[in-house]
Amino acid sequence: MSDQGVTGQGPSGLYLFFYKTKKSLKTPMPYLAFVGIGLWLLTYFLLNEYWKVFPFYKLPGPVEVVTEWISSDPIWGTSLFTEDYYINIWVSCRRIFISFALATGLGVPLGLFMGWSRKFKDYTFPVLETLRPIPILAWVPLAIVMFAGFETPIIFLATLASFFVTALNTMLGVESIDESYFRAAGCLGSKRRHVFIHVVVPGSLPFIFTGLQISIGVGWFSLVAAEMISGDFGLGYMIMASYMVNKYTTMVMAMLTLGFVGWITSAMVRAAGNRMMQWRERALGQEGA
Amino acid sequence: MNTASAQPVSNPLAGAKTKGAISIRNVTKVYDPGGVNVLAVEDCSLEIAPGEVCMIVGPSGCGKTTLLNAIAGFHSITSGQIDLDGEMLCGPSKPLADQGADRVVVFQNGALFPWKTLVDNVAFGPVVQGTMTKTEARDKAVEMLVEAGLSNVAGKFPGEVSSGMARRAEIVRALINNPKVLLLDEPYRAMDGLTKSIMHESLLEVYDRTKVTIFFITHDLEEAIFLGDRVIVMTTRPARTKKIVDVKIERPRDYRLLSSEEFRVLVEETKEAVHEEAVKAFEAGERELA
Amino acid sequence: MEQAVVKTGKQKSKIVKLLFDLTFWRGVIAIIVFLVLWEIGAQAKNWFGFMVPFVGKLAPPTDVMVRWVEVAGWPGYWESWYLSTGRVFLGFIVAQVIGIPFGLAMAVNKYFRGMFFPPFEILRPIPPLAWVPASIIFWPTTELSIMFVTFLGAFYTIVINVLGGARSIDIQYLRAAQSMGASQWDLFYKIILPGTLPSIFVGAAVGMGITWEVVLAGEMISGGGQQGGGGLGFFIWSSYMGGVMDQVIVGMISIGLAGYISSSLIRYVGHACMPWRRMF
Repeated sequence: MSDQGVTGQGPSGLYLFFYKTKKSLKTPMPYLAFVGIGLWLLTYFLLNEYWKVFPFYKLPGPVEVVTEWISSDPIWGTSLFTEDYYINIWVSCRRIFISFALATGLGVPLGLFMGWSRKFKDYTFPVLETLRPIPILAWVPLAIVMFAGFETPIIFLATLASFFVTALNTMLGVESIDESYFRAAGCLGSKRRHVFIHVVVPGSLPFIFTGLQISIGVGWFSLVAAEMISGDFGLGYMIMASYMVNKYTTMVMAMLTLGFVGWITSAMVRAAGNRMMQWRERALGQEGA
Repeated sequence: MNTASAQPVSNPLAGAKTKGAISIRNVTKVYDPGGVNVLAVEDCSLEIAPGEVCMIVGPSGCGKTTLLNAIAGFHSITSGQIDLDGEMLCGPSKPLADQGADRVVVFQNGALFPWKTLVDNVAFGPVVQGTMTKTEARDKAVEMLVEAGLSNVAGKFPGEVSSGMARRAEIVRALINNPKVLLLDEPYRAMDGLTKSIMHESLLEVYDRTKVTIFFITHDLEEAIFLGDRVIVMTTRPARTKKIVDVKIERPRDYRLLSSEEFRVLVEETKEAVHEEAVKAFEAGERELA
Repeated sequence: MEQAVVKTGKQKSKIVKLLFDLTFWRGVIAIIVFLVLWEIGAQAKNWFGFMVPFVGKLAPPTDVMVRWVEVAGWPGYWESWYLSTGRVFLGFIVAQVIGIPFGLAMAVNKYFRGMFFPPFEILRPIPPLAWVPASIIFWPTTELSIMFVTFLGAFYTIVINVLGGARSIDIQYLRAAQSMGASQWDLFYKIILPGTLPSIFVGAAVGMGITWEVVLAGEMISGGGQQGGGGLGFFIWSSYMGGVMDQVIVGMISIGLAGYISSSLIRYVGHACMPWRRMF
């Protein structure tokens, strides 16, 4: 008697990816996307470089930016081939990793306890809600005064922004768990710690990961702002610095790089979430989503 | 394992299980949502014998779930007392019963943990109680799931299987703990007729094997008479026992019973009482307490 | 026929309920403890002669309160409120006016979405603030450049929310309407639009928060304009430049308050526009 029947698995991994891609190619969607992006690039090109419409011509067009980007001897000094490009990317990424890790490490446990214990929430939530409406950038002067150097204030600001989002979403996640799951665990003989491990944590994962995706976006937002105001390296600084000396092509390059890196980190968080929440992926797969 | 031969309810000591006697005495429950008292259950008394299949029928929102919640320890009672096998579950000194694996609940909308596979769900009880090791529990879980006809889907998540399979798995999850009482809160409410009849046969088969006391809430009259030893008709809110119908049909039962004369007579007998209460509830038009 | 409902006297008024609520008092205690700790930490140098790390360099709450009373008398302070709020609402409204139709169009028409969603998604990860220098170059005045960046921030949020909200409308509602003879316009106006309203308001509330962040950043980075107070961001920045830390904190709290009030306003409008949600 084969025991394969006990754990029936559907298609997964690479095979599923190719299958989905093949299927989507039969719909008009990818082609429309192509047209849409092409249209946008064309308009961008025409307005900025070809027809030189005011005030668009003041900013470099796509052709200009791309040629600079891939040239091994760039006019303005930065391209795929120069070292400082990668240094700036690395510095920003490192800061994001640190602040995201800190914010998640502090925010998730705090959020879990706030959702789990009414008493704890009563004492901590009001303070959080009073501080949360204050925009992160309003903290800049305080951060500079409190912490020495460049690096710490920047990481503090990015962490703060991410922290609020993560803690709040985690708490909402715990509160969103259907009462029946708690009751089911209880009538099956669980103690409080079992409920925490087997119901609270997995049950709030969907909200936690939504929160993490927002949090990394917010983290980038704050990081860029902080770098632009008071930085010495990093993509935000790169934008500001090249703007200051009229190296507009480099500036646009930095903006696009920032968008790309931001998107990758977001996708990484999403992928991690999907891995940890296999049960959702498979259930959604059943619905044909 | 005991044989599946018919065991009349009046001789509980002849079965493998002699535990699971519930005694509900003068129980009243008052809810207090926002300063307005709502009387859900009033002076309700009921004696349930060990190994009995007791069906509770009544219009929606009449307070039947309140009784179940009180037995399971989800809500407190305002006055009265509930005993299990002679020991007090909740009463004057202790309005809220402890939750425990001697009275396991199967929920209306299903409460299998979506983030665990069926096997892990079933194994959950013994593992957290410490009665089995993780491997032992998983093996036993697989065994019981196969017995229930769920061998193909045991490794899947609840979101991947049909509601019928999920509900069956939930019952297995309850039974692996050897409970004294199985509490079912309209578990088959959301199912179509065909799935329901399969669920019924499955439950009857399980009952014939284990003889666990069953406390089953439903609003489906035929379901109640088909499955039960006794059908308790409750009044509309506040809930009180209106009528008790003894279903003295022998076990094991199968679907052929549904077209028999005995069955029809019992349905008629019960229908009138239920209909009366349903009309009252409809006219009162209050939002479901459920 | 027995009474199923037993009323125990009048319902207590909201304020009385609040005073008896344990949660409320715990919150009050928490905030008081927070303020006390802050005060001690900030004053430690003066009182005990030793510097608490980080907190020690801040202005204590008592100084902040005193300063706030003082500042409340300056017209420039209130002008900053007015300027910042004006920028926020203007940018916000433009974002809604453009974003809601755009989002709805994408939700309703899959070809539109197929074409316009990809470029939208490619540009979205670029933080709005990264656009500030480009915006300054592009727009003739500083005011317009801040407005543009503000618009961007709120725009992305509202479009995503509208898209999500419209697509989650149960198709049964649409089918029910069609079977009762609804035209395409009816479907849109009477089902899709009201069905998306909750998401529109959520997007608006979140977008409002982002708008405040961006306005603040814009004011701090670009000097806040030449006229009058220059906005709350400018207020904070110039206080910092002047070394008046308690004033900085006054500014922080002010802008936090302003943000909270605007979000509450949106929530309030939302409640008024969606009576069917007031079921509890």
